[in-house]
Amino acid sequence: MDWSQSLRLIAPEETLSVASLVLLLVAAWGGDKAAKLISVLAVAALVAAGILVAPALCGGAMGAETSAFFGQYRADAFASYAKILIYISAAVSLVVAPAYFDRFKAMRAEYPVLVLLAAIGMGMMVSATDLLTLYIGLEMNSLAAYVLAAFLRTDGRSAEAGLKYFVLGALASGILLFGMSLTYGFAGTTSFAGISASMAQGLSNGALFGIVFVFAGLAFKISAVPFHMWTPDVYEGAPTPVTTLFATAPKVAAMALTMRVAIEAFGDQAAAWQQIVVFAALASIVVGALGAIGQSNIKRLMAYSSINNVGFMLVGLAVATPQGVSAMLFYLAIYVAMSAGGFAVILMMKDADGNPVEELSKMAGLSRTRPGLALALAMVMFSLAGIPPMFGFWGKFLVFKAAVDGGMIALAAIGFAASVIGAFYYLKVVKVVYFDEPADVVKGESDVWHKLILVGSCVVISPLGFLLTKWLGHLTETAAAALYSGL
Amino acid sequence: MSGFPILSLMLLVPLAAALACLYLDAKSARTVALLATLANLALGVVLWLNFDVGGAQWQFQERHELFSGFSYALGIDGIALLLIELSVFLMPICIGASWNSIEKRVGEYMAAFLLVETLMIGVFTAQDIFLFYMFFEAGLIPMYLIIGIWGGADRIYASYKFFLYTLLGSVLMLVAMLWMVHTAGTTFIPTLMTYDFDPQVQTWLWLAFFASFAVKMPMWPVHTWLPAAHVQAPTAGSVILAGVLLKMGGYGFIRFSLPMFPEASAYFAPLVWGLSMAAVVITSLIALVQDDMKKLIAYSSVAHMAVVTIGLFAFNVQGLEGSMLVMLSHGLVSGALFLCVGIIYDRLHTREISRYGGLAINMPRYALFFLLFTMASIGLPGTSGFVGEFLSLGGIYQASSWTALICTTGIILGAAYMLYLYRRVVFGDQKNADAAAMADLDLREYLMVIPLGLAVLWMGVYPESFIAPMRADIAALDARLARAKPEGDAKLAMGKEKPAHEEAAAHEGAH
Repeated sequence: MDWSQSLRLIAPEETLSVASLVLLLVAAWGGDKAAKLISVLAVAALVAAGILVAPALCGGAMGAETSAFFGQYRADAFASYAKILIYISAAVSLVVAPAYFDRFKAMRAEYPVLVLLAAIGMGMMVSATDLLTLYIGLEMNSLAAYVLAAFLRTDGRSAEAGLKYFVLGALASGILLFGMSLTYGFAGTTSFAGISASMAQGLSNGALFGIVFVFAGLAFKISAVPFHMWTPDVYEGAPTPVTTLFATAPKVAAMALTMRVAIEAFGDQAAAWQQIVVFAALASIVVGALGAIGQSNIKRLMAYSSINNVGFMLVGLAVATPQGVSAMLFYLAIYVAMSAGGFAVILMMKDADGNPVEELSKMAGLSRTRPGLALALAMVMFSLAGIPPMFGFWGKFLVFKAAVDGGMIALAAIGFAASVIGAFYYLKVVKVVYFDEPADVVKGESDVWHKLILVGSCVVISPLGFLLTKWLGHLTETAAAALYSGL
Repeated sequence: MSGFPILSLMLLVPLAAALACLYLDAKSARTVALLATLANLALGVVLWLNFDVGGAQWQFQERHELFSGFSYALGIDGIALLLIELSVFLMPICIGASWNSIEKRVGEYMAAFLLVETLMIGVFTAQDIFLFYMFFEAGLIPMYLIIGIWGGADRIYASYKFFLYTLLGSVLMLVAMLWMVHTAGTTFIPTLMTYDFDPQVQTWLWLAFFASFAVKMPMWPVHTWLPAAHVQAPTAGSVILAGVLLKMGGYGFIRFSLPMFPEASAYFAPLVWGLSMAAVVITSLIALVQDDMKKLIAYSSVAHMAVVTIGLFAFNVQGLEGSMLVMLSHGLVSGALFLCVGIIYDRLHTREISRYGGLAINMPRYALFFLLFTMASIGLPGTSGFVGEFLSLGGIYQASSWTALICTTGIILGAAYMLYLYRRVVFGDQKNADAAAMADLDLREYLMVIPLGLAVLWMGVYPESFIAPMRADIAALDARLARAKPEGDAKLAMGKEKPAHEEAAAHEGAH
């Protein structure tokens, strides 16, 4: 393992780092007038990074030759898959931003740079094979995210969201760090391979505590119950393009990170964390569904929906098989499309003055005034609820298939039954949009980029998405195989 | 015809028309919808004519490996053929029924109906278990919208109830399907139908499927969504709900529960009988006291569906054929009855029985057709209702005479509530001036009720046309069930003649 190969393996991160630093300079001299240009360049950087990681995914890169910096970092198919999703999500949040921020005269040049920095952090998270790389990636992403949450400085709610996210995020990082230090103390190493080797013989109480704390910290990052409380407030308060980012990219990164830690570091002691994950999965499904019922703000509703969906994804992790991991990866891809579509609809709902409409009651009868938008929203909702033939069904189908094939039939039955509770509030949105008398508030013109994102994601979540199952299924299986080859 | 993907075409025609209707104005949406459903009816006729009775079990098969995990596999046997015919026959009538009565959002309405047609045909043609599930579940979305947007006053509650009830039923079924596919290693329904699952596990699988089909059927006590949905749905919605969607439950039993889990079906047969007996008596009595015409017919549907379930779980050819015929007949008759209610509802905008009366005077032709369908619902010989109910009850008598006895009271109670309804609406004095001023049937309504009336008589007079295509499939199912068949309590066996003196001695002992 020489340095040149290590540097070659981290080419996407290098590209993004250089791009973000250069763009930061452009921002410093160009000011906010250059914001749109910087956005375009940032998207180009993300596309370039995506192209750089694609060969590893298509070629199914795995094993020792993907390991960089003496086991600190791994650029395998699994990481590439997650990175592509992260880069797509980050690009979406960049594309939808100008139309939104222009309204508040807040399209600042820092926004694309911060998104790029967050993307680097997330890329490190999914590639980390050492607790320290993991922590650096996580913090790099989080620090950028705290700033992004408070990006609308004049808006009290945005500032509140940033502060809440920061305080609770710091607490979670502390918990995670505590867990990591315990793990290091009992395993004597911070590398995943070393931890796995030292735990192969057995698990001491201290190391068990370490696992519990690490999972608690990670549960915060993926907003799984019982560490989900911050999600609705941050989702609601943060500017909608930022919420779009939060709902997609960091979820993918944190989820992939959790998978890697669980399988590569603690894979031999699956019994120790499986029950934690099972509890978190079922609790997230139920709490996410119940919490959403009372919401009147669509962004808060989407936050609870994301908690609910995280629960379903965790079912795949709870099984702890390659099939489960592959199902989660597939679910993540669909989830990104659903969230992007959902937030595109939210971005497009504006009243006559162009102010965002987020109250459910103001969306009443949308199908009469904006039939296309209402149809897209209904598709997203039915897809999130997992009703076939919407593609969202396939994600749930795969994780529960993995659960049944892995012998966890009770988990599958309870989880599926609980998904009916979730269907209730998705139906509520459809009811408001289709059945109620028009409130006639949503009148504003939609931005062409928002429309493009919406149409793109609607095509994916429509029944046409099923045509992707072979191709995407192959990719997720490759990625899952790469994750397991590290053992 | 071999090789021509007629089933795919039948799925595609309404789907394409549905997409078109979304973008059309009211008038052209109606026309497109009618043409599409008529085209599908024509395709249905072609399908029936080309169906080789006594030929291969599965015909018109198509298979494409488009997806991972499941395949696009279509194909029908005689049972599916008949249910498809029922669907394509009822659809143009549904469109006709909503021709004038639907005024708002016509394009979306027609699109939803055409989508329902696609999904119904999909359910009956799917040969892949997951493809079946998708069609089965997807039907919830358009029906939810139809009830919720175009329904009556209490439509929101009804639409939620319909959706969540049926969803809860079917997610459990999906878990069972996942397990079956995991164990049997195939998603192909004909293979699964001949796979022998461990009888211990069958119990659980059967219950999971039962959770779904019993709700869809609907069986007592999970039938409560049906009256709510029926009453609130527009006329055409009720027709399609009663006519075809309820049959998905029966189709599920006959396609999945019985052939895949014969031992469990036998084990749970008394449960089904018990629920059916309760359903027949209780819902018939409930129907007797309704003031709302649609509610009355909805409850009568539950009672008729109970006759279907006892026929299915009689474990003999008679019962199975009878239950299929009851399903077909009920599809026609309840559809026709809802249509009859719709015809007068369009005129007076109320479903309350007491607001009508003496319609025989001002609407004699309407009264004639209503009488025909009432009699068919009661099961008068010569109408479609008789054949199926007779066979079903005859079938169950061999398995359990008590069940037969109690379920037969349903015929008497059915006569009671239907005749009572007919008397209150059609006979008697013309109490209400507005009801007395209603005009008789117009051309559009004739075009809807005459085909239904002819079909009802055809099935009643010459049921062989309908039994012939499914005879081989029913026989195969019966052979499959033979190993688990519960012993009947009738014990119809020739006894040995006892010697005279022994009999006399026995009599003496009794004195």
